[in-house]
Amino acid sequence: MNWKLFFDRAGRGLTLLCAALVILLTISIIYFISSKGLATFFVNGISPGEFLFSDQWLPERSLSEGGPQMGAAAFIIGSLLVSLLAVGISAPLGIIVAVFIVEIAPGWGQRVLQPAVELLAGIPSVVYGYIGLSLLVPFIRVYFGGGGFSLLAGFLVLSVMILPTIISVSTDSLRALPLEYKHASYALGSTRWQTIRMVLIPAARSSLITAVVLGMARAFGEALAVQMVIGNTREIPTSILSPMMTMTSAITMDMGATVMGTTWNNALWSMGLLLLLMSLFFILIIRLVVRKGAVQ
Amino acid sequence: MNSLAKDRMATAMFWVAAGLVLLILGTLIGYIFYHGLKSVDWQFITSPSQNIRAGGGIGPQIFNSFYILFLTMAISVPIGLLAGIYLAEYAGRSPLAEAVRVAIETLTSLPSIVVGLFGLLLFVNATGWGYSLMSGALALTVFNLPFLVRVSEESIRGVSRELAEGSLALGATHWQTIWRIIMPSAFPALLTGIIITSGRVFGEAAALLYTAGMSSPALDFTNWNIFSGTSPLNPFRPAETLAVHIWKVNSEGIIPDVRRVADGSAAMLVMVVLAFNFGARSLGRYIHRRLTAA
Repeated sequence: MNWKLFFDRAGRGLTLLCAALVILLTISIIYFISSKGLATFFVNGISPGEFLFSDQWLPERSLSEGGPQMGAAAFIIGSLLVSLLAVGISAPLGIIVAVFIVEIAPGWGQRVLQPAVELLAGIPSVVYGYIGLSLLVPFIRVYFGGGGFSLLAGFLVLSVMILPTIISVSTDSLRALPLEYKHASYALGSTRWQTIRMVLIPAARSSLITAVVLGMARAFGEALAVQMVIGNTREIPTSILSPMMTMTSAITMDMGATVMGTTWNNALWSMGLLLLLMSLFFILIIRLVVRKGAVQ
Repeated sequence: MNSLAKDRMATAMFWVAAGLVLLILGTLIGYIFYHGLKSVDWQFITSPSQNIRAGGGIGPQIFNSFYILFLTMAISVPIGLLAGIYLAEYAGRSPLAEAVRVAIETLTSLPSIVVGLFGLLLFVNATGWGYSLMSGALALTVFNLPFLVRVSEESIRGVSRELAEGSLALGATHWQTIWRIIMPSAFPALLTGIIITSGRVFGEAAALLYTAGMSSPALDFTNWNIFSGTSPLNPFRPAETLAVHIWKVNSEGIIPDVRRVADGSAAMLVMVVLAFNFGARSLGRYIHRRLTAA
């Protein structure tokens, strides 16, 4: 028995085991969340159509009045609105800052902005929520009207939170471009702005889209920071200043207040499943975009 | 408007955007520390929190945060490291390696509240532990693992191949080469990555609400019996961390001095996370200097 060889084999097996564990973990998350999340439709008999498209959220209506109604549309629309608006601000701003770091002021950008972006990424999300609550919400109340807890506060907080993600991925993708593109463009007499707009950005398009989708995924799944500033009223927001609710904040607030196995509780798990499906969908988009846009 | 004028306009726009990011960061950091440091003192850091009356501190919450971080790292670092070794050294382009990569991508993009829900199902209900430090640490392991695998894979890939080839040429096995040659060279990058992920774990709250819970039992810091309910070291007691505490006092707090507690807690939390980030960088540089004698 050669111990050296034995350890070599056993060690390889051990690393394989840990890698397999990562796969197993992912599969079991999908399995467990799905089995709980589908109970709403199979056990409580709520139709998926009602859950997705109705905004009638009456979880505790008695059977004599027609039973509980579980329309989660207000939360789904809330989640989509708040994250799309956040990306609407952060995508252009993030890409502009990334171009600044790579092209406009490489030395200064590297020394000052890059650490700044890393600091922003390092601030925990509850702290973002808390600053939104104590600084942004009163500001909105005083200068724009309404109660302050609003869609506006929600997407502003989110847009700052996803900025680091978008900036760092965009920076990497712009750095990875071949220098020849830039040199050729200058040689043809382009200005710096024309080079950035017509050569560099289009060349990095697929990775820039990846950056934006990653930011969107983060915004969509963020729970506590959003919950602290949007007011949490269970209706579709009518204006940018009205309070609202997202799927994540519904789960955060009601999971502890409802009993396991009730229709209301199961509907929360269905929202969890929907969040899971959305993040799988975002990954799928990224994989498709990258495969299509890879530089040949 | 000719192209030169446009170019100047664009340049101005880039500078404004960069300035805006710095302004946002300055505002956030300035706000946290200006308000926070007014309410942080020794008593606040060491005394237990209050549920109804004013004057509570965050002693147990700070302890819980560090303890749960320790448990999480004790579970996730070995697994993440070995999985990273597999990807960097053994996997190549096999279908299994591709599957691991897809799994990591999926885990990375999962909302942390979903990780918390999974933890509630598996580590709280199925195990019968209830809200506990251990459930929280396992949920955070799920949250942390993809980052650790990535960190260890990248730090191993950063080691020069010639080193490993030299070792193999001298007759060492692959396993010996990994542990005696590759790992020591990858160590600085690995340590930096581990400390930075520690910062992420320390500030995480959403995954902990329904796993470690939102309450902290009365702790007796003189009781070191790990099996006793009041012992701070008992891994099967509920534990509210500092990050969860910030959320709780703001969203359902009924104490009169919410503002003070939240300000102080946020400042403490950010300070610890920043210390992790700066510490990681300087420690990485220091070890690199010591090892390479550069």
